[in-house]
Order: sequence, then C-alpha cells, then structure tokens
Amino acid sequence: MPVLLSFVRQTPGRLMETKKTTFDSRLLPYLLLAPQLFITLVFFIWPAAQAVKSSFEREDPFGLSTAFVGLLHYQRLFEDPNYIDALLRTAVFAVSVTALSMVLGLAFAAAVDRLVRTGRVYTTLLVWPYAVAPVVAGVLWWFLFNSTTGLMPFFLEKVGIHWDHDLNGTQAMILIIIAAAWKQVSYNFLFFLAGLQSVPQSLMEAAAIDGSGPVKRFFTISLPLLSPTTFFLFIINVNYTMFDTFPIVDATTVGGPAQATTTLVYKVYQDGYLGLNLGSSSAQSVLLMMIVMVLTFVQFRYVERRVQY
Amino acid sequence: MVENRPFLTFLTHAFLILGFAVVALPVYVAIIASTHDIATLMSGPVPLLPGSHLIENYSMILTSASAANGLPNYSHMALNSLIMAVAITVGKISISILSAFAIVYFRFPFRQLAFWIIFVTLMLPVEVRIMPTYKIVADLGMLNSWAGLTIPLIASATATFLFRQFFMTVPDEMLEAARVDGAGPMKFFRDILLPLSRTNIGALCVILFIYGWVQYLWPLLVTTDPGYYTLMMGMKRMVTVQDGVIQWQLVMAGSVLAMLPPILIVIFMQRLFIRGLTETEK
Amino acid sequence: MAGIKIAGVSKIYAGGVKAVNSVSIDIADGEFIVLVGPSGCGKSTLLRMIAGLEGISDGEVSIGGRVVNRMEPAERDIAMVFQNYALYPHMTVYQNLAYGLRNRGTPKAEIDARVAEAARMLEITQYLERKPRALSGGQRQRVAMGRAIVRKPAAFLFDEPLSNLDAKLRVSMRGEIKRLQRRLGTTSIYVTHDQLEAMTLADRLVVLNGGRIEQIGSPLEVYHAPASTFVASFIGSPAMNLVSGELHGNRLAIGPAVIELGAQAPASGPVTVGIRAEDLRLARDGEAALPLNVDYVEELGAQRLVHGQVGDQMLTVALSPAIAIGEQLSLAIDPARLHFFAVDGGRRIGEGSVPAHASAPVAQPV
Repeated sequence: MPVLLSFVRQTPGRLMETKKTTFDSRLLPYLLLAPQLFITLVFFIWPAAQAVKSSFEREDPFGLSTAFVGLLHYQRLFEDPNYIDALLRTAVFAVSVTALSMVLGLAFAAAVDRLVRTGRVYTTLLVWPYAVAPVVAGVLWWFLFNSTTGLMPFFLEKVGIHWDHDLNGTQAMILIIIAAAWKQVSYNFLFFLAGLQSVPQSLMEAAAIDGSGPVKRFFTISLPLLSPTTFFLFIINVNYTMFDTFPIVDATTVGGPAQATTTLVYKVYQDGYLGLNLGSSSAQSVLLMMIVMVLTFVQFRYVERRVQY
Repeated sequence: MVENRPFLTFLTHAFLILGFAVVALPVYVAIIASTHDIATLMSGPVPLLPGSHLIENYSMILTSASAANGLPNYSHMALNSLIMAVAITVGKISISILSAFAIVYFRFPFRQLAFWIIFVTLMLPVEVRIMPTYKIVADLGMLNSWAGLTIPLIASATATFLFRQFFMTVPDEMLEAARVDGAGPMKFFRDILLPLSRTNIGALCVILFIYGWVQYLWPLLVTTDPGYYTLMMGMKRMVTVQDGVIQWQLVMAGSVLAMLPPILIVIFMQRLFIRGLTETEK
Repeated sequence: MAGIKIAGVSKIYAGGVKAVNSVSIDIADGEFIVLVGPSGCGKSTLLRMIAGLEGISDGEVSIGGRVVNRMEPAERDIAMVFQNYALYPHMTVYQNLAYGLRNRGTPKAEIDARVAEAARMLEITQYLERKPRALSGGQRQRVAMGRAIVRKPAAFLFDEPLSNLDAKLRVSMRGEIKRLQRRLGTTSIYVTHDQLEAMTLADRLVVLNGGRIEQIGSPLEVYHAPASTFVASFIGSPAMNLVSGELHGNRLAIGPAVIELGAQAPASGPVTVGIRAEDLRLARDGEAALPLNVDYVEELGAQRLVHGQVGDQMLTVALSPAIAIGEQLSLAIDPARLHFFAVDGGRRIGEGSVPAHASAPVAQPV
C-alpha cells in the first residue's frame, strides 16, 4: 500500500514525543502494546532475522543440515546476469511508472485546481482507480492489449505496430508499466491536488497583480511550492512500484516472456516459494530490505532538511 | 479572483474529460466484454457496444462452481474477501489505536524499544520476507485458516503512527480535565479518546478495507484450500488456464464484481477516503 | 470547603531548573487567592502541582488538612477551570457537567439536581442539550465554570480562564466569577498574568517572579506598598515610575532637583525612587519642584498621561485633562507617597514595606 510510508514526513524526534502529563501505570502500557508487539515480533522481526540468517547458510538437498557459507549467496547473485538484469529491469520499471503516474497526476490536479464548481465532480471521476486491486488492474489492461481479443493491438496494427506481449518482452514491460501507473495516477492526483490547494490564495493574487497568467503562475509559483509533495510522492511511488505491483506481474505476464518482466520481488517469489532455493531467495530478501531502508532513510534525511529551511 | 479565460477553461475541461475517458477505458471495455459470449470475443477485437449475454455471464459467475478450474463460486469468494477485509480492518485499527494510546499517554521503561520495533515493520513488507514468514505460519499450523490469513497482516506501524499523530493534536487539557473528573486511563480512552477519534477511525476504515480487499500475495502463499480463496485468488486462477481458452467474458464479469465494492466505497465515502489518504499525513 | 496550605513547595525539572522555588502560602477557607506574574514565573506550575497534574519535587501541599502530595487529581477534592475550557467536544453541555459526578458514582437524581442548579446559576439552562461547538466563547467559559461548580469541591483552581475571551467579555466574566465565588464561598486559587484581573478579583495577591514569591498581600497593600521594584513595575497601570535618586539626611536628589522629605530618610546614598504617576501634581509657585520636559501626551479621557524627562530619566505623570500643558512642567509630590528601593536587589526600604512571606491571611471574604 502506498500509504505505508507516508507518516515518515514527520521527523523521528517528534515521533517519540509523549503528552506533557501522562498516566502513571506500570503494567497497562505493556498490555496495550502486547498484541501489536507480539505480531510484529513473530511475523515480522523473527522471519526477517531468519532471512538474514539463511542468506549466509546452505541447506543440504534433504534439508537435514545447514552449513555456514558466508557471502556465497550474495556473491553468486551479483555474478548472475539474470539477477543483474532483474535489478536493472526493476529500476526501469520503477522510474517509468513513477514518472508516468506523477506527470499525469500533476496534470489532472492542476486542471482540477483551476475549476471551482466542477472540481469535485472531476475528482470523483478520477480517484476510483485507487480502489482497483492491482491484480484486477493487471487483468484489465492485459485483456485490452490481448493479441486476439484486445482493442489496442487492433488499432496499433493499423498504424503498423504488431503487438504481442506474450512474445515481445519490451511490449510486456510496457504493458505492466501502463497497468501499474494507471492504478497509481489517482493517488498522485489527490496528493498534488491537496498540495495545490494549500498554496496560499494571497500568493496567487499577488502574482496575478504582478501580471503573470495562470500558466505562468503554475510553473513559477505552484510547482516550486509543490516540491516537498513531489519528493514525497517520488519515494512513495518507487516503493509502490517495487513492492505492490507483484499481483500485476503474477496475474498477467508471470515474469515473462523470457524473464522480461521479472522484477526483484517476483524473483524472490520464484526462486524461494516456487524454486525452493532458500539461500538465494533469502539473500535477495535481505538486499530488498536494504533498498527499503535506504528509501526510508532518504525520506527522513529529506524531512529534516526541510524542517531547517 | 476575477479571471476570465474561456479558452483556457475550455481546454481544462477538454483535458479532464479526455483524461477520464482514458482512465475509464479498461473498465468500460471490461463491462462491455462481460455482456458478450466467448465466441464474439474470440472472433476479433472487443465490440464497443454491449451484447446480450449479461445475465447469463453474471449468473454463471455468481452461482456456478465450475466457472473455471473448480473454483468456488463468486459469492463464496466474495464472502471470503469480505471476511478478510473486515478482519484486517478491525484488527489493524484495534491493535494500533491501543499501541498509539500507550505510546502517547504513558511513559514507561523500554518505550523507545517498543517504538522502534513497531517502526521496523515499515521496512519489512511481506514481499521481502516471503519464505521465512510462510515458514513460521506453516510451523504454527496456520496455513489454510482465517487466523493465518489475517493475523500476520494486522500489525501496522502506519495506523499506529496515524493515531499517534492525531492523539498529539488532542489538547493536553482534555486529559487533565478528565483526570480531575476522576477518569482513569481506560475510562479516559473509552469516554473521551475513542469518541474523539471517530472521524480518523472512519477514514482509516476506508483505507484499510481497500487494503484488505485487494490482498493478493499473502493469501496466495498461505491458502491452497479453494474454500479460503478470495476474489483476488479467483482472478488469478481464472486467467491461468493450462489448456483451452480463457473464458474472457467470465473473467471480465468477475473483474467487474471484484472491483465494484471498493470503488463504491471510494466514491460514496470520498471525503473520508481523501482524509484517510492525505490529511492524516500532516 | 477547606483551607489550603502550601509549605516550601518546589518544582525542579530534570536538568536542575527550578520552576517553583520553595513557595509557602497559607490560604484560609473561602479565600480568593490570585497568583500573578509574567509568563514563566511558575504560577501555572504551582497551580498544577496543587491540582495534582504535576508532581511536587519538594515541600507539601495540604487541602483541608490532608496532605495531598501523592493523591490523584480526582482524589484531591478540587475542580479546575482551564484556559481553553477543555470541554469534551463530543458530549453535550449536560454530559460535560455530569461526567465528573458520574465517575464518582453520584446517583442520577442528584446529578440532575446539581446540574440544573449550576446551569441556573450560570444561566446556561437552555444550552444543556447543545454540544460545546455550538456555543460562543463566553458560553463555553460558563460551561467550564459549571463543570467546576457541580462537583462542590473544596477548592476551585482557575488557570487563566479568561484569556481566550475578548476584552469586553473578560470584564463581565471577571465580575461574574467574583460574584459566584462570594456566593459559594469556595476557596479559590486563580492564575493570571493580567495585573488588572489580579487586582480586581483577589482577596490576596501572590506576586511571583522567577519561581519565587515577591510579595503576598491584599490588592491595596501590594499597590501602595510594593515590596520590590519588580512588584512596583508589575502592579498598576501605568507602571510605577522608577528613577534613580540619592538620599542625604532628610533630602532626596533626583537629577538636578532636590525634594525636602520633612523627616529623616530611611536610608542614605543612592536609591531607586518609586513614584506613582497619579501621585505627582503641578507644583505651586515657590514650591520645590521636579522640572519635566514633556515628550508627548496620551489622552485617556478621564485623565491624561504626560510622558517626559526629568534630567535624563523617563517619567510619566497622570494629570487632569483640565490642566493646560506647556513644553515644561514643574511637578511636586507628597514625600509620604515616595517609595524607596535598594539599588542592589530592588527590595523596599523603610516603613510600609511588607515582608515577602506574610503568612497570616489578611482579608476575609464577606
């Protein structure tokens, strides 16, 4: 869920605050926290620790014994062209989806922001894709581009493009980019719209008096003021594309053709759950965790900088 | 502000209508396709106008267990999706609001540690710990069970911190007045904090219901018994046909029904939805 | 109903900051005490320690003879009125008033009776079914008072309850609080930074500065015999003029001017001289005078404030608007109305000074 990282717009210091006056009770706070902590420890921390542990081990084929192998799994991953490919492919995927959905979201938001009375209607017309499950989004676009029944290949054929995402890896990638971006546009739209609407009206009025028209005002005033929102959305979107698009891939291209749509997350699933290669899958998991940590860290750094200025 | 630029306004409307048309296209096509029979669909590109098989297709998917590959019928899967979404929503909100209450209104040893443990869940989405989490659920005998489907998903740093943020905006005097009025911690929580959180809980309900409804990877991992299949599992099974043709008219009918509940919630609870998504950020 | 005894109470924060420094006050049953001082002087902290909302680092607070240091706020038999009212926004006015009683297990019939009585007293009966959101600032303030009254506590604690109201409403609510307190005879401690509010409400004022008590006394005592330059400049508007002068025998020199005191001065050498603006008058011909170079005049209607300089020191004089004013004025003062303070430390010198820890209650409420 894209909303997952959103609270970190606060600085970590502020997250630790309590009320000035608090209740004194020794046992109660622990009881209140117990369910959350229990689930977190059992289903988050423990498995993550296991992943780290098994990324340094090798199990014998019968699962009877394990041996410490150091960084072997990591070393193999970085020597494996398939993994490097998946890494680059994921980067392309993430950047494309982020750019496409942010540009469209911003364009829609800027348009809706101009309209006073009809703005709410358009908002309603544009927000609902957020609620469509990724797997459904994938299937819908897959159907639209399906080479036998789809509308798009029919029209593309007329302009001389032969579309078959079952055979053409680039086309398969384009397909999942479109499906993933489609679902995310509404999220970016809402945030950009909220950002635009929080630009003080007096600023716009001052600029209008200074003689700049609506288009110029958008580029010289609104857009610069939106930069915190833009950065925030960039991180959220990269995070979304990396982790929440698994169902799109799994329900449509299944990572193919010829690994062309195998993202890092999909590869963990393939190698671990389907291929039962525990060591390699664990090492991949650990690398993914590090990516999430970097994203979170970048966000925090950025927030602290913003507070200073 | 007085500003009269009719051409720019016209362009704005034109752009938004075009945008909506593009955004709505796949859903429109899905609805159209769900009204045709498979023969029409396989004979060329999807027609742009509705066909005559609407009732047939939808009644098939709603009642027939054999719509595709021995799946339970749609109603059964919809019920499963509903149970899962509601359980996750209620679970996440309950444990998160209690944790936030503890973190904001109490000072106690290891508070920092508890805080960081919750925080860390942000960095550990299911996707990065597929195997070991599957293993622990299997070891606990929770595969193919409601507990296994829902409990591991209800820990939530996000919801906890959203509630924390809200609690920090509740004036300190509210707690002090309640203490002078003789309310202990749980009484304060029940009589004052919970009613004050109503809007936030509502907003979070909308977001979390959608979150629960669209879950895919986790049910895929922990359920093999079709009796526990959710709609999202159904979608996957219907399009992975080993031999024979995909029954597109049924897949599309299934898609339409699967996306309908959350879309309706977003449209009819738009204010809560937008609040849940954006306002709780600040 | 009960008296309150505050004995050597201190608040020390982590890091050693003393917000309240060994404060002692004896409050008689039914007395209206106002804690006044600039922001950060510790007045709110002291009140919150009495309420039980802050821990007491040192010393003892007793209410009605019971030491309450370790008691929960609810067990101390006090009620509090907060600056931002702290009404429960999701409850009706009735529920707001009843909440504290319900928590104490008061029977339903009695709750109804008490709420009705308090509502009648405060004239909020017609708002009982409304939510606080639907009330004006003044009405919310009354509800906040009502919540304190229904409990019939041993003491009312007020934490700047009027500072969120506009100026006009503040004056009328001030009168109402005073009237209610008289009528109920409940011991009250009231915190404010507004010296006018403090003067008009208090049976006794406690002037605090930097966590310490500067002076305790009735409003007139504090006004007429401020114990220090701090109190002198804090209480009264316009603030008391403080100029430097020098005492020799029975004479006082302020800049170029010399005033005959008519008696032996209480000290000798440099002092800070306090002069209330209204104690100065135009000098008669031949009378020893302070020459004032007029800078500007503020017209207040009933009087006018003339600001100017004596030598190089600023001085403000309150004169009747009937008096014509030129570029220069000759001012005279009754020597008995002069206040002298030590240059070092600013404590009052001579008679009329009131010890800082006057502990016996001076005024009894009617």
